[in-house]
Amino acid sequence: MTLNWQGLRWQLLLLLIASPALMTLASVFASFFMGDADTMAHLRRYVLPDAILNSLALVVCVSLLAGFLGVMLAWLTAACEFPLRRFFSWALFLPMAVPGYVMAFALVGMFESNGSLHRSVLASWPELSWWPDVYAFPVVVLCLSLVLYPYVYLLARNAFQTRGQRSLEVGQSLGLSARQSFFRVALPMARPWIAGGILLVAMETLADFGAVSVFNFDTLTTTIYKAWFSLFSLPAALRIAAALLLFVLVLIMLERYTRRMQRYADNKSKSLLERRQKLSRLQQALALLACGVVLLCAFILPALQLLAWAMPQRAVELTPRFWSALTGTVWLATMAACIVTVLAVLLAFVARTRQGRLVPVLVRLCTMGYALPGSVLAVGVFVPVAAFAAWLASQGYPSSWLQGSLLVMMLGYSVRFMAVAYTPLENNLLRVTPSIDLAAQSLGVSGWRMLKRVHLPMLHSGLLTALVLVFVDVMKELPITLMTRPFGFNTLAVRIFEFTSEGQWQRAAMPALAIVGAGLLPVFLLIRGSESSVSARADVVRAPQATLIYEQK
Amino acid sequence: MFFLPRACLVAPLTAVLFFTSLLGGCAERGAEVGGGETKAERLVVYSSRNEQLLAPVLARYEAHSGVKVDYATDKAGVLLERIKAEGANSPADVLITVDAGTLGFAASQGLFQPLDSSIVEQAVPVHLRDPKGRWAGLSLRARTIVYSTDRVAKQDLSSYAALAEPSWQGRLCLRTSKKVYNQSLVAMLISELGEQQAERVVKGWVANLAIPPTSNDTKVMEAIVAGRCDIGIVNTYYFGRMQNAQANLPLALFWPDQAAGQGGVHVNVAGAGILQHAPRAAAARRFIEWLVSDEAQAIFAGVNQEYPVTSTTEVDQQVASWGVFRASQQPLADAWLLQPAAVKLMDRVGYR
Repeated sequence: MTLNWQGLRWQLLLLLIASPALMTLASVFASFFMGDADTMAHLRRYVLPDAILNSLALVVCVSLLAGFLGVMLAWLTAACEFPLRRFFSWALFLPMAVPGYVMAFALVGMFESNGSLHRSVLASWPELSWWPDVYAFPVVVLCLSLVLYPYVYLLARNAFQTRGQRSLEVGQSLGLSARQSFFRVALPMARPWIAGGILLVAMETLADFGAVSVFNFDTLTTTIYKAWFSLFSLPAALRIAAALLLFVLVLIMLERYTRRMQRYADNKSKSLLERRQKLSRLQQALALLACGVVLLCAFILPALQLLAWAMPQRAVELTPRFWSALTGTVWLATMAACIVTVLAVLLAFVARTRQGRLVPVLVRLCTMGYALPGSVLAVGVFVPVAAFAAWLASQGYPSSWLQGSLLVMMLGYSVRFMAVAYTPLENNLLRVTPSIDLAAQSLGVSGWRMLKRVHLPMLHSGLLTALVLVFVDVMKELPITLMTRPFGFNTLAVRIFEFTSEGQWQRAAMPALAIVGAGLLPVFLLIRGSESSVSARADVVRAPQATLIYEQK
Repeated sequence: MFFLPRACLVAPLTAVLFFTSLLGGCAERGAEVGGGETKAERLVVYSSRNEQLLAPVLARYEAHSGVKVDYATDKAGVLLERIKAEGANSPADVLITVDAGTLGFAASQGLFQPLDSSIVEQAVPVHLRDPKGRWAGLSLRARTIVYSTDRVAKQDLSSYAALAEPSWQGRLCLRTSKKVYNQSLVAMLISELGEQQAERVVKGWVANLAIPPTSNDTKVMEAIVAGRCDIGIVNTYYFGRMQNAQANLPLALFWPDQAAGQGGVHVNVAGAGILQHAPRAAAARRFIEWLVSDEAQAIFAGVNQEYPVTSTTEVDQQVASWGVFRASQQPLADAWLLQPAAVKLMDRVGYR
């Protein structure tokens, strides 16, 4: 009886956490069979073929490039020793704070023909006739990869840092060279982290609207908006969005399926910190070059371009309204980071401890929001909530607490960013061996107390990662913020929107810089935290067991 | 480690934050209670016209009338869904958008109630408002031809359709067809020339393009200045902005389709209507009536270098320096019917 009640309680909790996501997905899928035939036929014939190919090509290329950059840089900064390594280990995460559309307009401003760079090059070499086409496909790929690789970087770094040294040593004792041990031991062992990071990149690429529209590059997302805003057919838009979601779901399931028999737990050995690989002079130079070039392209150049645009505007821009937008952004992002992370911890814990066929599916559905184009998701969250509020009002109950409060906003963020918080936590839970759970249970620690006393202390770096990722992502988020913010409440992203919607890119530079700046602190703390947590890990792992034994007495 | 809130801290912290978020809602509600038809001290505006163009107008109205105006800006399509979803419970009184097509579509969806105002009917010419009186234009935006004064002779220019002629091969720049301004321009061509002829014209434009369609109007003008093309189509206020940013701009505006029998320059409006479920409809009406007054028109159009819809309002000096033109007299009320047709046409001829 008690057992049943317990099981039911978990299921209720899971349903409660999943309900906003389910509600949103339901409102997207509701019109799956409704899209008006005329619009759909037109899109199918003239728009979708190109859009689908473009989206596929973009997703594949961005995933590959961002995955390559992220894994390479993570390995360099986590496992190798070279000058400025500590600096690069946090600096390389900075591009994460640059919104994709900001990167796009900075890149275009810099590199387009007759842009700032072209003009200065022409000043020195007037005979130069060739200049790359900044609107070409490779530039779109580059733009998205440069802002998205930090997801892979962060997760892969986390994996390289927390995986044990012992398996590498075993490999080396069997005669593997440094390169072989990377490809045959370290890389396969970090697979769930890397796959998780690349999946986030792929989902964000599919959902991106801001960056691709700067390049006027047609994707599924631009088709969705075309159907909705230009052809006045929201059902057709939702239908395409639903198909997009199904595609992502299949991708995820495939990735899960191919590693269904594998376990990744490993936390008992000494950390990497003590044994970083020494590089030769040439290798050191190459490592420096690689880190330097990526940081230059992904952060320094765009930041300089933004600065060049922002400086002349500073007298006009730095008004009280700007400062209130800045504080509003930071406050909102902090709040959302805490709420979404707590929900993700609960979700990850339920998914780990509760077996059953329905649980993994529900959990997966909770993380789907990240692949939906922003405005579609915003409407998907807003419509059911507004309908509920309208029903409350019609029944004579107060309903205004549902409107213009941050509650709906938080609901939207939790649907959108659950994947971002969940991925690092889920991966870190893989590190906790089932034997630890069993040991805890045999000592009479289970349920909430297990989460609190055993898992949470071991999730330290995953929690940090989740908090920072959500924080930075919420700062950049636009459609949900736009739709659900209370009157008079402004964020930096909203200010960027106000300017760019009428083509005033230069004036958007100041709030864009502020977003980047506000992202610096958490990023810095995260990397500092993850460095110190590695050295402290051995103690952390031992500590809960010690307390368990103590309690038993 | 040193700054991570412990589990025991995170839970209460989250709870506190959560309830603060609810408090925000309660404060809102407190303000709401005093509202309503009897004490119209508040007005709520949803707008797809952006904040820096809207805020100065609203500030002036607050000073003028003592009414506190709250507003939310968003994309037009999203605002319409929001209004539909909120239904009878919506706090919004007025919707402002920057495209007649959107206004017409909103009206067709039953989102507006009649303006019912003789002041608006007298001030705004009939082709710039809904004949059923559900919305009215508030500022006029002309979409016209811009050309390089170095490489194009004015007498070679005549009409939008003429830009499809082979003589402009490799010399034309256009903004993306995803922008509503181009959609409404092509919609006008469809209603003037018929769908077949319009399709031929747009096909000719695409064949003449020097570079792929750009993401905004300013890029079109920058490309002309840089010598990548000679001619383009833009909204006049982008030209004005660029004129202010850069002295001696080697560009000029040309007013096409001015000859007898031709349709005139394509214009669209930013406009407004009173929402069906507006809690403060009378206050909303007074607001819109004020918006068509000379005082308001000068700011509403002036902040963005657009043209006032009223004939009595004086045009900004810089705007006046671009010359006078005959604008298309086509009723804008039907624009929304033709807009999807225009989008499909542009898709068919490969105008991205």
